[in-house]
Parts: sequence; structure tokens; C-alpha cells
Amino acid sequence: MSDSDPTAARMIEVVVNGRSYRRAVPVRLSLADFLRHELGLTGTHVGCEHGVCGACTILFDGRSVRSCLMLAVQAHGHDLTTIEGLAPAPDRLHPIQQAMRDEHGLQCGFCTPGMLMTLVELLAMNPDPSDEEIRLAISGNLCRCTGYDGIIRAARLAAARLRADASS
Amino acid sequence: MKPPPFGYHDPVTLGEALDLLARLDNAKLLAGGQSLMPMLNFRLAAPDHIIDLNRVGGLGGIAFERDHLTIGAMTRQREIEFDAGIAKRLPLLAEALLNIGHRQTRNRGTLGGSLCHLDPAAELPCVAATCDAVLTIAGGNGRRDIAFADFPLTYMTPAIGEDEILVQVKFPLWPAEHGAAFVEFARRHGDFAVVAAAALLLVDSEMRIVRASLTLAGLGSAPLRMGAVERLLVGERASPDLFHAAGEMCRAIEANGDIHAPAAYRQQLAAVLSRRALELAHRRARPFTAPPGEAAA
Repeated sequence: MSDSDPTAARMIEVVVNGRSYRRAVPVRLSLADFLRHELGLTGTHVGCEHGVCGACTILFDGRSVRSCLMLAVQAHGHDLTTIEGLAPAPDRLHPIQQAMRDEHGLQCGFCTPGMLMTLVELLAMNPDPSDEEIRLAISGNLCRCTGYDGIIRAARLAAARLRADASS
Repeated sequence: MKPPPFGYHDPVTLGEALDLLARLDNAKLLAGGQSLMPMLNFRLAAPDHIIDLNRVGGLGGIAFERDHLTIGAMTRQREIEFDAGIAKRLPLLAEALLNIGHRQTRNRGTLGGSLCHLDPAAELPCVAATCDAVLTIAGGNGRRDIAFADFPLTYMTPAIGEDEILVQVKFPLWPAEHGAAFVEFARRHGDFAVVAAAALLLVDSEMRIVRASLTLAGLGSAPLRMGAVERLLVGERASPDLFHAAGEMCRAIEANGDIHAPAAYRQQLAAVLSRRALELAHRRARPFTAPPGEAAA
């Protein structure tokens, strides 16, 4: 803390998808807007901006959070993962991304990044979730296209593939 | 949908936070941010200063003593949800947690933030009322304790000074044999409850109720302990008729109507949910025998 102008921009250092960034940010800038506008990571979508739709979900120190409900300055010294950090290589999808494609888990794609970040956390905590557990996990992510069934199937398929990978 | 301009402060000690709070005008404390940030984005709140508690040390943590549990105000709801000790010894809190928001909000939201925000339909204030929680509040002149019963002054207004900070919450523990139940009705999972009911029951070997606690949330300006129902229950043998009578007493309380539900609908929920909470708590209770020389309470 300092006694200098508390409304002035602050220098922050964050790690996003394994890469370190140092940026001066206005103190009222949301973490979602920081990722999109300052770092150009526009895969994190901004829907409702009041913590209801879940589109802006990212992992903050490995835990899912709504990035529209956090300030960029709060990320100083923390480790973030966004949708851009999931795929292991430019030409390969993460198993949950591949499963979403295989099971038609998206149509317009607006909710998809938030869905995936939520499901990545779920599958890390629970490698074999029931349909009910999957539905509960994504209850904070709104999708207006799919009716959710494709997303549930994709989560199940990704879980099965991840389990197979882990045991092979 | 962006927060208004404010000064931002992120103290690392409680002393610094208290000093800032005493020094700055129109300052607001930021805990988990799951209510304050939407209010800022909607411009429902326009503080000149935000004092962020997230870097303050020593405000988190869960500690069991022989007869009570202490939880730091900045403890995340997630930590409470996954704490094995709480699931075993304060199951009411564990069950209530699953009704709060979603994984993403529980990962950030805190116990203290919810209690101080004091939404009348929120789960954590309802549990605090049911358990006779005691809140420790720090100020410039040291610390003071306040019973949760005295904490809500009116709608979303806690009895906490402008220069004070809630630091920890003490939950007295009931004997291990007690039964607990938290039930609520919400339009969608994770929404604030329209009405919620929390019940604790202790029964003896003849299934006679020796101690009872019942709270309803979502009816008035703050969670409502149903002392009259508790007095009706204690000394009686549990039965469908008894719990039905308890529910009917809850139907008779005054309720607020709003766009989410008219008053009569909330009263109907109060009757049904209080009965269900008591029945469920009763099913979960095991016969309790008071140790020689000790009363149940």
C-alpha cells in the first residue's frame, strides 16, 4: 500500500497461461477487461458483467472464478489460466475441447470458454462425475443455444478420455 | 456496467486496514466481492475508497475447540464446503453451503462478506442465527463480541461501525447426536432463496425433543429465529402432528411480498419448509444422553 494517489494506475505482475506479464492498470479495471483489452486474450467472454452468466470464468490459482467480479489489481502476484491456455499445441485441442466438438457441445460459442474452464476444474476435482454432478458444476454457466445436453455428453466423454489417458 | 472510479487500497495487516477505515471517508471493505462487485458494476454502490481485505493476513482459517468452532471472516465459502470437520460437527453449515451460488462464487465468496452484506434471504446469516453464532469485531479500540441475534439492525444493515471490521465468527457446537437440516426453495439452483429454513434438533432415547433451534430466511428484513416454535417442540415427542403444528405457526408470521413472490406464497413456503427441515433434522438425530450433571443445552 502507499499513500500516493489511490485512484492512480498501478503496476501489476501476473502469470497468464504460463507467461509473465507486467502492466500498469487502472485500479477499477475488471480482471476480464484486463485479459481482453490489455493482454488481447479475447477468448474470455464478457456477458452480464455482474456474475450471473459465467461466460468470463477463468482459473485463478487453479480455481474457477468470475473474472468480471474481480479487479485486475487483485491478480497481482497470482497465476491465471484462460481458455487460450487449455490447448497443448496450436494444432491440438485439450480433451475437453475435442469432446465439445465431438458431442456438439456448442453452437454460438459465447458461453463455451466459461463452460470449459468450469469443467476443467470439475474434472480435476472429480475424474468421474455423474450427470447430476456435471449439471451442478455448470449451473453457474448460462447457455442459450444447446439446451445443455451436448455439453453434459461432452463433459462425460472428456472425463472418460482423461481417465483412459491417466491409466495408460 | 463498469465500476465507478474509486481509490483502491490493499493493506496487508488488520491494523493497516483499520487505520485506513478510520482515516478515509466513504470507504467500503472488499471481501470476496461476489456481492460488492456487482453492486459497483450496477452503480448501486459508489464508495470513494475500496479497502481490499484479500491481502490481509490472519483473517482466514477454521479452528475447532471442544465446544465451538471458529471461522475467520475471510475464509472462502469453498474452504468451509470441503472441510471434513465441518461436515461432521456442524453439518447444518455444510448443507447450507451447497445452496450458496455456484462453484465460481464459492471459490471467492467469504463467510464474513456474506454476514456483513446481510441479504435477508442469504444462507450464511440464516445458519449464524440458528447456531447462536458470536461475531468478533475489531475496531480502533480493540475487539468486541456480539451475538448474531443482535447483529441485524434492519434490512441489510449490520450492527457494525464504519471503522470496524468483522474478524471471526464463533459457532457453538451441539452434541454430536444432534440432527441438522437446511432446506430452501429458490427459482433456480444457486439463486438467493425465496424462503429457507434451518433446523437443529436434539432428541433423547425416547425420541423426546430436548433442544430445538429453527430459523427462517427470506420472509422479513433479516433471518427470523422461531423461538415460539422452539418452545412448542422442547419436551414433546416428535410426531407428524407436532411438526405440522410447528409449520402452521411459521405460516402465521408476517412476510414481505415482492416481484419474486407474494407474501402469502412465502408464508406457504415457511410452513412447508420449516416442517420439512424439522422432519429431516429429526430423522438425522441420534438418541442423546446427557452426561451426568450436564444439561443438554
